[in-house]
Amino acid sequence: MAVRKPPITTREYWAPGHAACAGCGCAASLKLATKAFSEAMEEKYGDPNAFAVAQATGCMEVVSAVFPYTAWKAPWIHVAFENAGAVASGVEAAWKKLGRKGKILAIGGDGGTADIGMQALSGMLERWHNVVYLMYDNEAYMNTGIQRSSSTPYGAWTTTSPPGKYSIGEDKPKKWVALIAAAHRIPYVATASVANPYDYIRKMKKAAKVDGPAFVQVQCTCVPGWRVPPEKSIEVTRLAIETGVWPLFEIENGDFHNIKIQPPGGGAKVTREGGKIVAIEFKKPIEEYLKLQGRFKHLFKQPEAIDVMREQIKAMWKVLGVEVTLPKPEE
Amino acid sequence: MPIRKVMKANEAAAWAAKLAKPKVVAAFPITPSTLVPEKISEFVADGELDAEFVKVESEHSAISACVGASAAGVRTFTATASQGLALMHEILFIAAGMRLPIVMAIGNRALSAPINIWNDWQDTISERDTGWLQFYAENNQEALDLILMAFKVAEDERVLLPAMVGFDAFILTHTVEPVEIPDQELVDEFLGEYEPKHAYLDPARPITQGALGFPAHYMEARYTVWEANENAKKVIDEVFAEFEKKFGRKYQKIEEYRTDDADIIFVTMGSLAGTVKEYVDKLREEGIKVGAAKVTVYRPFPTEEVRELAKKAKVLALLEKNITFSVGGALFQDFSRALINESEKPKIVDFILGLGGRDVTFKDLDEAFAIAKNALAGEEFDEVNWIGLRKEIL
Repeated sequence: MAVRKPPITTREYWAPGHAACAGCGCAASLKLATKAFSEAMEEKYGDPNAFAVAQATGCMEVVSAVFPYTAWKAPWIHVAFENAGAVASGVEAAWKKLGRKGKILAIGGDGGTADIGMQALSGMLERWHNVVYLMYDNEAYMNTGIQRSSSTPYGAWTTTSPPGKYSIGEDKPKKWVALIAAAHRIPYVATASVANPYDYIRKMKKAAKVDGPAFVQVQCTCVPGWRVPPEKSIEVTRLAIETGVWPLFEIENGDFHNIKIQPPGGGAKVTREGGKIVAIEFKKPIEEYLKLQGRFKHLFKQPEAIDVMREQIKAMWKVLGVEVTLPKPEE
Repeated sequence: MPIRKVMKANEAAAWAAKLAKPKVVAAFPITPSTLVPEKISEFVADGELDAEFVKVESEHSAISACVGASAAGVRTFTATASQGLALMHEILFIAAGMRLPIVMAIGNRALSAPINIWNDWQDTISERDTGWLQFYAENNQEALDLILMAFKVAEDERVLLPAMVGFDAFILTHTVEPVEIPDQELVDEFLGEYEPKHAYLDPARPITQGALGFPAHYMEARYTVWEANENAKKVIDEVFAEFEKKFGRKYQKIEEYRTDDADIIFVTMGSLAGTVKEYVDKLREEGIKVGAAKVTVYRPFPTEEVRELAKKAKVLALLEKNITFSVGGALFQDFSRALINESEKPKIVDFILGLGGRDVTFKDLDEAFAIAKNALAGEEFDEVNWIGLRKEIL
């Protein structure tokens, strides 16, 4: 019987035993990211271990390094919430002086990246440090108990954006940090999803192999924060892609005119011009994504809010150079 | 042979860094310290210092990058002042808690508001609880020497704590004095290579740094910082002695001046010590029994030396460029603590002066001395006295 080669190395850097929730999409995102990094380092430098991790305070930090235990099999440092970019810069500078080959992986959640860590991130990218910054985006401050961040999507319930008589939940559209990162004209920026591991691994490897800074924003479920059952964790992020909520794209060297879009699947009809995706007709309504999650439950009593969301999603795709049509659910 | 050059304290600090050969320097411009990173970037640009100079976007990132670099296992240096140091505040605790021997030069400057770029010690005094060692220089030579010694103390395995060396804004940072630059060879011998056994980010031997400490471990982690501060007292004495042997300049945690048979001893820090020594000379010429003492090492606090000093005087007059509101100066608090359980102790009078770059003149010291004399005579006196206030604009 033929034995298939595993799609990714069996080496573990984010080891079992960490304290993340069952079904945590972000835990999966870190496991895959480190494996992809290891493969990239092996291919580039002949050393699968040629990397170190600098991580911001957040869920994935708290669950992985509780003294005297650690889930990390790579050299790892955590300093504070808002400075993973700066810490990674310092580690990289030291490695350069030590003549050490390899790359630094900086990791932050959406709060630690899109909000409090934005300045340190921008500095790190602008100074061209040889670091990949991975933003695991679970779309709120989950570590402190589900407060809205600037990466929280429109309409979402969080503990600081509760729906009420005068509130529809979060009232601002999501901030797209990947585009801000790309504006630094760094070699490589990508969005990814834990629901599409092959695409994610390819992107992490590419990010790890470029010379200079790279940024990857991966959407991952927070089971309690999104109010989804653990077994729906991957399904819900897959629906984010298939309904158009979560675009998968790559931007190299800040070239906004040549954004590479990954087809979303889910039966969506993709139109290309000269090889570039210019239009997508989604077949699954965003309601399919929303209805699985308790954080959007209240929107179904205010369907006009879901229409607002549709308009925001279209506008987002337009920035990416893609005209999209988003279906409404059949009555 | 050592060479003598005329230079500002900022340049002396940059020279000290150059001699110590840090592998990473991360710094952000701020008055009055800007010349330190400027000079270091020149050294790097000219190939005189083989370091990575990380041009960060804030002081917060400066110290964060230093933490990253130091945790990766290399000697690391930075410089800042005032608001910049305050912005670093959060990370200062972390640098000490993670036991990273980063050395930082500070051009001691007032804190806002109102915004003010001139000298006092509020910036570093406000960081006294972070776990960092603190040294204060009287002149530009001391700035250079103390930075070299700070590296040696900080990197000692019995200590492993970050250290800051303060020197007064403008009075020293921008004032030229002759400074002896020690031989590189001797400095290399004195400092040696930094090869940490506890902090590195090496794929060949992966470790986790900066883990979460639950109540079951947090207190012990904090206790080790206390213990390291205690150890530093002895290590500082050793390093001062070795430095004197090698370079011929003597340092003490508390340096005394004409304290024998003194009734009143003025105690101060930084460049003000120079003024106070002259003032003591003037009073001694008039036959008045006064002396001076300079606190060079403020953290770890030299409790034993303070107790010895206290035995020599009936009144300690503390001259301080910092204030804890509703309490008094930092020295007042620390001296009171050091002496509280002594059976015999002098009276302590606290003077707040020279804040935000206000010149401290003999006239101000006359005002302080008059109050200290009242205390000596057993008359009533205020414990905390603001000297040189312009009452007409209050």
